[in-house]
Formats: sequence, C-alpha cells, structure tokens
Amino acid sequence: MSTAFEYSPDADRIMSVSLGPQHPGAGHFRIRLWLDGDYVVRADPDPGYVHRGEEKMSEYRNYIQNVPHLERPVILDSSGILFAYSLAVDQLMSNNIPPRAEYLRVIMAELNRIISHEYYLGILGLFVGQTTMITWMMGDRDLFIDLGARIAGARVTFAYIIPGGVRNDMPEGLHVQAFETFDWFEKRMDEYEKMFFRNPLWEERSKGVGVLSREDAIRLGATGTVLRASGVAHDIRRAEPYSVYPDFDFSIPSYKEGDCWARGYVALQEMRESVKILRQAFKNIPPGPVRLKLGPQPRVPAGEVYARTEAAHGEMSYFIVSDGSPKPYRLKLGVPSFKNMRIIPHLLKGVHIADIPPVYWGLNYWPVEADH
Amino acid sequence: MSAEQKGAPAKTPAVTPASTVVEVGPSVSTKGPALAPDTSRTLNLADEIAGRFPSAKIDYVRPRRVKLTVPPDKIKVVALYIRDILGFDHLNVVGGTDYIQLKEFEVIYFVGSISTPGQQDIVIQLAERVDRDSPQVPSLTEVWGAAEYHERETFEMLGIVFEGHPDLRRLLLPEDWNDIPPLRKDYVSPGR
Repeated sequence: MSTAFEYSPDADRIMSVSLGPQHPGAGHFRIRLWLDGDYVVRADPDPGYVHRGEEKMSEYRNYIQNVPHLERPVILDSSGILFAYSLAVDQLMSNNIPPRAEYLRVIMAELNRIISHEYYLGILGLFVGQTTMITWMMGDRDLFIDLGARIAGARVTFAYIIPGGVRNDMPEGLHVQAFETFDWFEKRMDEYEKMFFRNPLWEERSKGVGVLSREDAIRLGATGTVLRASGVAHDIRRAEPYSVYPDFDFSIPSYKEGDCWARGYVALQEMRESVKILRQAFKNIPPGPVRLKLGPQPRVPAGEVYARTEAAHGEMSYFIVSDGSPKPYRLKLGVPSFKNMRIIPHLLKGVHIADIPPVYWGLNYWPVEADH
Repeated sequence: MSAEQKGAPAKTPAVTPASTVVEVGPSVSTKGPALAPDTSRTLNLADEIAGRFPSAKIDYVRPRRVKLTVPPDKIKVVALYIRDILGFDHLNVVGGTDYIQLKEFEVIYFVGSISTPGQQDIVIQLAERVDRDSPQVPSLTEVWGAAEYHERETFEMLGIVFEGHPDLRRLLLPEDWNDIPPLRKDYVSPGR
C-alpha cells in the first residue's frame, strides 16, 4: 500500500493515510483513511484519477461514433456497457432487432460477465494472498476471451453490440469450441470452490467481515453482486426482462450473509448461471439477419429514454436526451461501480487495516468505470 | 479430475452448507414473464401522485416509466411519498441536463423499487426545473442515502447547489479545475 502521511490537527492519535492512487492494490483510486491504531475510523473515497469525460465526449459524436469510446470505462465488461447503450438508442429509434441479433447480444453479454467475474475473483484472491487464484483466473479467462474474439474479431474491446443489432454474425461451427469450453469450465468451477471458497484461510479472512445489511444495501443504492450477497434477489434480467432473457431458464443466486465471502460466492454462482444461459443460447439461436441497416449517421427522433441492464458489476443505465440532431443532446451514464462506491466508506468504518483488501476488492468495484 | 472430486466430499462438501441460505427470488426457477407493453400500472402510479400533489406535472407515462416534474420546494415531500407510500426505495442514478435555451437546469432522480413485488421493473423519474442563474435545489440525501455521491457529481458537472447536502465537494474533476462546470452547454471542450 502506498502511504502518504499527513498531519492531522484533530487529535494526536488519529492519523490520516492515503491508500493509493499509485499502487495497483488501489487501482487508480485513492481512499483517504483516518486511522486509530490499526482500525479505520473514517474512510473517504477520492475517485477521478481516470475521469475521461465520457458524457461530454458523447455530445460531440453521433450515435454510432459513440460506440467505441463508451466501452472504454470498463473494458473487462465491454459488452455489458454497450448493451445498455444499444438498448436505449434502439428504444429511441423504435428499432425492431432481429431475433438472431438478440441472441448474439445475450451470448456476448454472458461471455463478458464470465470474463469480468473471473477477473474480479482473481484480484480478490490476489490481494488476500491467495495468488493461485489470479494465475488460474487469468488463464481460464482467456478461453472466454478467445470465444469472444472469434465472434467479434477483437480481443478484449469487442465493440460488438451496436444500435440496430450486432456488428457481425458469429462463425459457423463455433458451438463445438463453446461447448467444449463450457464442459471443462463447469468442472473447473468445482475446483475454484474447493481451492478458494472452502479454503479455511479465505473463510477466516472473509466470513463475517464487512457485513452489509439488507436495509443498508437498499438505502445506499448497492447493485449487482453486492446487493445479491446482502439477501436481495434483484437482477434486472429478471426484474425488468430485456432482450430475449425471458426465453432462458436461469436463477438469481442470492445469499443472506452480506459478508465478503458471500459477495465472492455470488459471482461464482453467477458464472454457473451464465454457462447455463450460454448453453441454451448456442442451442436455440435462430437463423436470420444480425443487424439493421442504420447507416453511418442514423436519424434519431427527439425524445428521452432511460434504459437499464444487468452488467457484470451491477445495474448499468443510460439516460439519453435527443433533440432530433445526429448527436445526443445529453447522455447520462449510470455505472454500477459509481453506485457501489457509496458502500466503501460505510463498510470500511471500523474495520482492521488488514481487512481493507477483502472488503474493498470484494465489492466488485472497478475504479475506471466509477470515474467514467 | 472426476475421481479426485469423488474422493473429496468427505472433507469439503460440494453442496451448500446450512449456514448459507439460498433465497429464491420471485420468478427464479421458471422462465421470466413475457414483455407486455402495458401502461395500466404506471398510469395508476401517475394518477396517485397527481391526485395527491396538484403541483406535480406528469410529463409522460410509458409501460415501465413515469416522469413527473415538481417545483423544487415540493420535491422533498413528493420524494418521501414516493419512497414510503409507493415503496420506491432504491435510487438508481441522479442526472442533470442543461437546457440553455430555456435558461433552465433539469435535475432528475431515477428511482426503482426493490422491496415491493410487482413494481420492480418500474422506474419513477422525479424531475425538477431550476433557474439557470441561481441553481439551488434541496438535497434528497435524507430521503435516499444513495443520492450523496450522485448529487456531488451533478454539483461539480453542472454547478447545481444542493442545499442541505452533508458534504458538497467536488468528486471527479481535478482539484485545480478553474473553469465553468464542464457539462454546461456553454462550456466547450478544448480543441472543439
């Protein structure tokens, strides 16, 4: 942890320390901590080190030009952030998306959910000293990136889901490679469970640590895995079904504990559900076209729309105001990490310094996304 | 690999232990409800709010969205009504728009519902309009605790002052930012 000591005039025993922003353990993000001995008395998140002004940038570009830069805040879940954008623009334009494109969107979104959760569990393990986790996860994650790359052409920043459908069709016979990967991965997840989640060391570090109650989770606006680990089975894919999610059979894992262990375990169970969805999607995908011909500068009628999806980190929402011109008049990006940032000072208050990594990284928090 | 797993369960049970209670959501094991464009539920909500608060103006009612505009001095009462009586307890996001030609800012709260079944897909968009020259509105952090950072972001990006906010500081912009708030329409990005 990078430390910058500051003199605190309040009291001699309270020391103010910066966690981050240079150290990778904080991830382009600074938390100002006030410490009494080994305990945190107050935490103040300080984001903005990678603020890019996505919302202002969007006002200078048309609806298609906005696609590549909007996925940059969260490249490990690039389809999750574009899915909500495309949904919003499609609603503004009253587009009827071809069914095959809807299935391809779901396939890509679920692949990205697995890619993102693998990364999350990897760094969660890494920062509590379980370094096997990051090596396994980084390796296994690549199998899904390969699948995504065969569909989209690019490796991580897929830019695949666009207004009017998807960029291109997937190659023929991809399901063979996909099902092989899923068969192997389902067995592999049992190993994760044995090696990490049932590991006494991780249980000791995480069970009962950073408990977020159900009431606080709702009051403070938590989303995603954090919310579902606090006993709320709320997932936009079920609560407000979009795209073709009503066609699939899957469940929403949710646990009552609200501690770090449950937050990590929800992500593992969600990967199982994602594999379930992917199997159904590859099996039932209908033939047909995959995108509408919108042209390079689509005509978007005046109006406003609020669309939301369940991305890997939580609820991703877009509020777009269109004045009928080719560019958005206002684009408000509601990113899940920004919503979950409100949880950080709440949970860090009163914890031991050694518990900061499991609490902070357990939130499925991505600083670049929070800064948007 | 599988033989190893067969031997293992004695020590590490593959099934969920009793301490981990799996809570099942409303429509979990079966397929989800079909998408029905039905405005009856949102119309009811809009009628309820409009009947209770005559100053609230309903902007539009869609199958899953209601947008209403209220005067800034009434917004706290309406917000409390929406939270406590209608059961919209989860603040999603707070947005702000600069309508420079009307000389107005719009602040808009997007509120969803988690605890009340049957309306979890509905989002109420609670908006207020404020004069561009003196942009001061009451803060809703007491109503929805989640509003704290969202209001800070709206404050620095549009320069709207939220009165009663516990800690109204800049959030994302650099400390040495010395210009008008960047999301105002009269701010032009360098090089444009």
